[in-house]
Amino acid sequence: MTAVDIRPADVGADDPSTGGTTLPPPVPPGSPEEPRRSLVLLRTSDIFALVGAFAASVSITFVLFTQLLPFEGAIGFVVLAYVLFLIVYALLVSLDDDGPAVRDKVAAVAVHGLALLLGVGLVFVVLYTLGRGAEALPNLNFYTEDMRVTGPLDPLTSGGILHGIVGTLIMITMALAITIPLGIVCAVFLNEIPGRLSRLVRTIAEAMTALPSIVAGLFIYATWITAFGLGQSGSAAALAITVMMLPIVIRASDVVLRLVPGTLKEAAYAVGAGQWRTVWHVTLPTARSGLMTSIILGTARGIGETSPVLLTAGFTAAVNTNPLEGPMVSLPLLTFELVKNPQPEMIARGFGTAATLMVLVLLLFAVGRAVGGRGPGQLTRRQQHRRVLASRRDAERFRRTDAARPRFTTQEEGQRR
Amino acid sequence: MSTTTTRRVEPTGEVTEDAPRALKAAIGPSDRIFRGVSRSGGLAVLAIMSLIGIFLGYRAIQALREAGISFLTTEAWEPNGGDFGIAAVLTGTVLIALVAIGVAVPLAVGTALYISEYAPARIKQTLISMVDLMAAVPSVVYGLWGAFFLQWNILGLSRWISTWLGWIPFLSVDGADPRDPLATETVYTASTLIAGIVVAMMVTPIACSVMREVFAQAPAGEREGAYALGATKWGMIRSVVLPYGKGGMIGGTMLGLGRALGETIGVYMVISPVFEIQPRILESGSNSVSALIALRYGEASDFELSALMAAGLALFLMTLVVNFAASSIIARSRSGAVSDA
Repeated sequence: MTAVDIRPADVGADDPSTGGTTLPPPVPPGSPEEPRRSLVLLRTSDIFALVGAFAASVSITFVLFTQLLPFEGAIGFVVLAYVLFLIVYALLVSLDDDGPAVRDKVAAVAVHGLALLLGVGLVFVVLYTLGRGAEALPNLNFYTEDMRVTGPLDPLTSGGILHGIVGTLIMITMALAITIPLGIVCAVFLNEIPGRLSRLVRTIAEAMTALPSIVAGLFIYATWITAFGLGQSGSAAALAITVMMLPIVIRASDVVLRLVPGTLKEAAYAVGAGQWRTVWHVTLPTARSGLMTSIILGTARGIGETSPVLLTAGFTAAVNTNPLEGPMVSLPLLTFELVKNPQPEMIARGFGTAATLMVLVLLLFAVGRAVGGRGPGQLTRRQQHRRVLASRRDAERFRRTDAARPRFTTQEEGQRR
Repeated sequence: MSTTTTRRVEPTGEVTEDAPRALKAAIGPSDRIFRGVSRSGGLAVLAIMSLIGIFLGYRAIQALREAGISFLTTEAWEPNGGDFGIAAVLTGTVLIALVAIGVAVPLAVGTALYISEYAPARIKQTLISMVDLMAAVPSVVYGLWGAFFLQWNILGLSRWISTWLGWIPFLSVDGADPRDPLATETVYTASTLIAGIVVAMMVTPIACSVMREVFAQAPAGEREGAYALGATKWGMIRSVVLPYGKGGMIGGTMLGLGRALGETIGVYMVISPVFEIQPRILESGSNSVSALIALRYGEASDFELSALMAAGLALFLMTLVVNFAASSIIARSRSGAVSDA
C-alpha cells in the first residue's frame, strides 16, 4: 500500500481530537531552505576520540609502568593499556554525546578489541609454530629420513620425520576406510529410516562427540591390546582415531543429508524409483560436496589427535609400514615425543613436525572449503556454466535424434519444407 | 483418519460405508537389503558406543570394588598400595576447565558478536572460515605454544597478581617471596592458569561458532523494530540479539566446557603433575584426569590399569552429562539452532 492520503476533506488535519494524522505546518514561501542533514555515521570527532584515547592510554600506562607501579611484562602492559583506553575513550565520547551513544561506542570498541585479541592470539599460535619450525623445515632430509641413526646431539642435517609422515598416512587411511562407509551409512540411516531407533542412534552419536580423546585411546588399549593381546600397532591407533572421527562425520553428514530438498526425493519416488535407488542416484549425489566436507572435517580432526595414538601405537624411531605389527608413530605423537628432549635440535625438529602437521591440516581444510561449503544444489559459476553447456548438448542431441527419426509429416509442414 | 468414513449411495440404491483402504507398500528385495544395511550401520555405531561404556565399566569394577566410595575422596594415586582416588585430579580437571571457560567465554562472545554484527559483509565469510579452521588446528600445536611461549611470558602477570591480589585464597602462591629479587620464577610455571589458557585457545573457536550461528538467526524484524524505536546498535544487541541468543550462549559455553574437561595433550605438555588438591591456580603444579591417564598407562599393572579405567569412566560420564545438557539447552532455546561441532 502506498501512503496516499485519502482522508475526507472535512476532517481537520491539525485537530488531534478527531484522531487524524498531524501534518507539519506548511512551509511559508520565501523561507530559507532547510540544510541537508549529514547521514554519514563516522564523524571526525569519533576519530579524534579514538586516536586521543589510544595516545592517552599508552602514555599513562607507560608512566605507570616505568615510574609509579610495580608492574612488568608485555601482557600486563597490554591489559592495563586496554582497560585505560576504554575508560579514556568513554570520557572523551561523553564530552559530546549522551548516555546511550556513549554505551554504544564503548561496547563497539570493546567487541572489536575482543575479536582482535582472539584473532591475534590464534594467528600468533600458528605463526609461532611455523617460525620455530622454520629452522628444521628447509632441510630436505627432514622429509626423507627417519630417526633410526640420528642421536639427540646430531645437527638438523641428519634425521627426519619420514616415519611420522608414513605412520600418519597409514593410520588415517585405515581410519577413513572404516569411517567413510560406516559414517555415511549411519547418516543415511538417520535420515531415511526415521523412528525410535534412529532417534536413539542420533542421541548416541551426539554423545560420542563428547568422548574425551584419551578415553577413546583407553578403550582400544583395554580391548585390542590387553584383552585381545594384540600389542601396540598402527591398526590399534587407527581404530582409536576411527572412534574419534566417526561421530564428527556422522553429525556433519546428517546435517547435510537433511538439507537435500524433499521435492527431489519425491520426484524420484514419483517416477517409480525405490528407496535404495533414490538414495543412491538422488540423495547422495545431491549432497556430495557437503559429504566431502564432513569427511574432510573428520579427517582434519583425526589427523591431529595425539592422546589416542599415544596409548595405542607406541613409539618408534624407524619407518614401520606394517600396520598390523610393531609400534608406529604419527606426526602429533612425534611432535610430542621430540619436544620432550632437552636438546635444541630435537625441539626444533618437534616444531618442524608440528608445522608440517599444521600445513597438512590447513591444506585439507582448504580442499574441504573448495569442494564443499555450499548447500546441496548450489553451484559455483563454473559448475553452472558446465550445466548450461551440458544442457545445450542434450538439446542438440534431442534435435538430432528427432531429425533422424522417420516421421509422418503433416500437410503444412511438407509444404513449408 | 480411521474415523472419517462417509456414507455414499451406490447407483444400485444401497448405502455403503466408505472405509479407508489399507495402504500396503511392496518393498522390493533391493530396498529390503538397503534397509538392512543402513539399519546395521546405525546399530554398529550404537554398539561401539555401548561397548566403550560397558568395557570401561567392566574393567573399572575391580578397582572400584577395592576403593569403594573413597575413590571419590582420596587425594593420592598409589593403586598398588591400595591408596588411590580421583579427588585431586578431578579438582584439577574442573579448575583447568573453569579457567579455560573464564577466558574463552568473553573472547567467544566478543568475536561472535563482532562477526555477526560489526564485521563488514565482505570479510564475514573469511572470518567464519578462519574460526572454523582454528578449531581444526591440532591440540599438540596449542600445547607447544603453551609450553614454550606462554609459560615464560606470563610469569610477570602471574607474579604481579599473586603479589597484589594474593589475599584472595585462589590467587596466592606458596613459596613465592616478592621482596626477594633473586627468587626463582619456577614457582609460577606449569600452573593451572597456563594450562587453562592453552585449553581456552582450543575451546574458544568451538564456542564462538555455536554462538555466532545463534546470533545470526536473531529475527530481522525484531532488529529493525529496535532500530525503529531509536535504539543504538548496542541497544539493539542488548535488547534483541543477546536475549535471543541466550540459549546458544549457554549451550556453546557448555560445549566448550565439555571439550575443556576432556582435553589431554595440551594440559599434559604444560602442567607438572601433583596428586593433591591444589586450588592455587597461579602456583606451579596441577593435574587432570586425562593427563593422569596419559602419564600412568605405560607402566601400569593390571590393577592400576583398572584404576585408570575407573578414572576414565568418571571423566567420560562427566563430559557426557555436560554435553547432553549443552545440546538440550541449544535445542530448547528459542532459536532451536542446529549446531555442528
